[in-house]
Amino acid sequence: MNERTMLSEERHFENMIQAESICTAENLVYERPGTLLDVTMHYCPGCGHGVAHRLLMEVVDELGIQSQTIGIAPVGCSVFAYNYMNIDMQEAAHGRATAAATGIKRVLPEKYVFTYQGDGDLAAIGTGETIHTCNRGENILIVFINNGVYGMTGGQMAPTTLPGMKTTTSPYGRDVKVQGYPLKIADIVATLPGSFYVTRQAVHTPAYVRKAKKAMLKSFQYQKLGKGTCFIEIVSNCPSNWKMTPVESNRWVKEHMLPYYPLGDLKVPSEKETAQ
Amino acid sequence: MKELRLMKGNEALAEAAIRSGCDAYFGYPITPQSEVLEYLSKFANMRTGMVVLQAESEVASINMVYGAAGTGKRVMTSSSSPGISLMQEGISYIACAELPCLIVNVNRGGPGLGTIQPAQGDYFQAVKGGGHGDYRLIVLAPASVQEMSDFVPLAFDLAFKWRNPVMILSDGALGQMMEKVDLFEEQPRRTAVEPWATVGKPKDRERNIITSLFIEPQKMEEVNLKLQAKYREIEKTEVRYETVDCEDAEYLLTAYGLVARICHKAAQIGREQGIKIGVFRPKTLYPFPSAALNELSRRVKWILDVEMNAGQMVEDVRLAVEGNARVEFHGRMGGIVPTPEEILGKLKEKLSGGLS
Repeated sequence: MNERTMLSEERHFENMIQAESICTAENLVYERPGTLLDVTMHYCPGCGHGVAHRLLMEVVDELGIQSQTIGIAPVGCSVFAYNYMNIDMQEAAHGRATAAATGIKRVLPEKYVFTYQGDGDLAAIGTGETIHTCNRGENILIVFINNGVYGMTGGQMAPTTLPGMKTTTSPYGRDVKVQGYPLKIADIVATLPGSFYVTRQAVHTPAYVRKAKKAMLKSFQYQKLGKGTCFIEIVSNCPSNWKMTPVESNRWVKEHMLPYYPLGDLKVPSEKETAQ
Repeated sequence: MKELRLMKGNEALAEAAIRSGCDAYFGYPITPQSEVLEYLSKFANMRTGMVVLQAESEVASINMVYGAAGTGKRVMTSSSSPGISLMQEGISYIACAELPCLIVNVNRGGPGLGTIQPAQGDYFQAVKGGGHGDYRLIVLAPASVQEMSDFVPLAFDLAFKWRNPVMILSDGALGQMMEKVDLFEEQPRRTAVEPWATVGKPKDRERNIITSLFIEPQKMEEVNLKLQAKYREIEKTEVRYETVDCEDAEYLLTAYGLVARICHKAAQIGREQGIKIGVFRPKTLYPFPSAALNELSRRVKWILDVEMNAGQMVEDVRLAVEGNARVEFHGRMGGIVPTPEEILGKLKEKLSGGLS
């Protein structure tokens, strides 16, 4: 053991003692939301899913709507979302989350219904359901995690993969002449009269996390108005399949994903429209 | 109230859905069953508040059914052969997640886009599990407009009793033809909440999860064993069939749905000519009435199975008969409906050909 490691271990030990003395009830400013189950997530270190799950459950807690909320998990990395959220949930077939959500919301119009879907699920196999659900103006929230890759199946090209981006099925980089262009589905959804609030957010920095949470809070509040579909795209990362460290992947989000998928609101209801 | 009306089979089925307190219908137009969607769009919501939604595809319809069925409501969809093919993935999910629902197939001729005329080519798909994995639907086969109505509340009751999807397997002729139908009294929509339903988690119960994903092999096998145990119980208790003139029959016609009706006529003409023919009609194609048919097969000389396909139910007939009697087959395809004379002629042909 060299001197340097010894030093860092000592420091680590000191930090632990300090942490224990700090972790007291009166110092608590931030804790796990009650509706987020206290279990280890299967997501890779640094993945944005955990943050997005947490934000959703924070909002459900803050609005006190656990007993009135039904969530839909997709097929993809977040197929197990129901293992983490302490609410009634359904797991839908690949791409069909918004159809299942439509079925639920139509028979239980007073409940809050949301889907949570990745880019393959929502913007490839489920494009038809996505467009028609939003076009019917179903009063649900769609949370769309866009990390430009199929995560669960091991990093294949997604409809949202950037031009030139390498994946296991575009090993030389996505060639738009052969494989087409990345689909900006939030932009499409925003043009539909049935969508009410469409926004593109991110969770790679604390400031963006807070903005994303605000968008979620608004979306649940809007759902009560019954005026159409709320759609939140979250531009996220995939350290494992991008073959980067979490920090590198977050930098990549900023430098490569955001120029193609710029953040901000794509459709905002007017004050008159949001009046109760 | 009870009512006698002259109706198309598809309309009678739709009316029966309203009267049996159905909560929601999701569907997509396809001939020859579009009247179901049309009739419900016109009358259902205003009468009972029932949800009626035209989906963007049959794929969407069946997944809307999945979602709504997961809330414990009485939900259904209907389609015809190509549309039912599109639904198979969803049906497999529904079967695995053990959700009750009604799926109606007004069978048309295939394969492919085929024809809009009646056929029975979807027997295998309905009875053997058209989607992936080991699952079963309870399959009811109406043979009249009356049964197009009567089987709807029966289907819902069976679906909830067993938490299993139920299919009514009809055909283009039964859907389109008009007959008088004795409509049953309207039942109110249910308000009871199923304990397993996803309706929002109250403080005092664990969360409900509707899923067909069991990634650990041990758990997945457990789920399969549970499903299989359920199917064995269904096979014991839910068999339904009809026998006509079977007591003294020397020759037996086996057929389901519309073809059974035609067989009745063939048997009647045959008897007038001194040939003792009986007709055996399964009303449940799954569970198949194997024991009853086996019993009957010991008392007849041989059996002629008639279907509007290349020979599908005949496989179950042969399995049930276990060699007790010879089983011959006559089938028409592509939307051709056999006539009573044709069926009787086939039977006589076999007789003169040495089978007696």
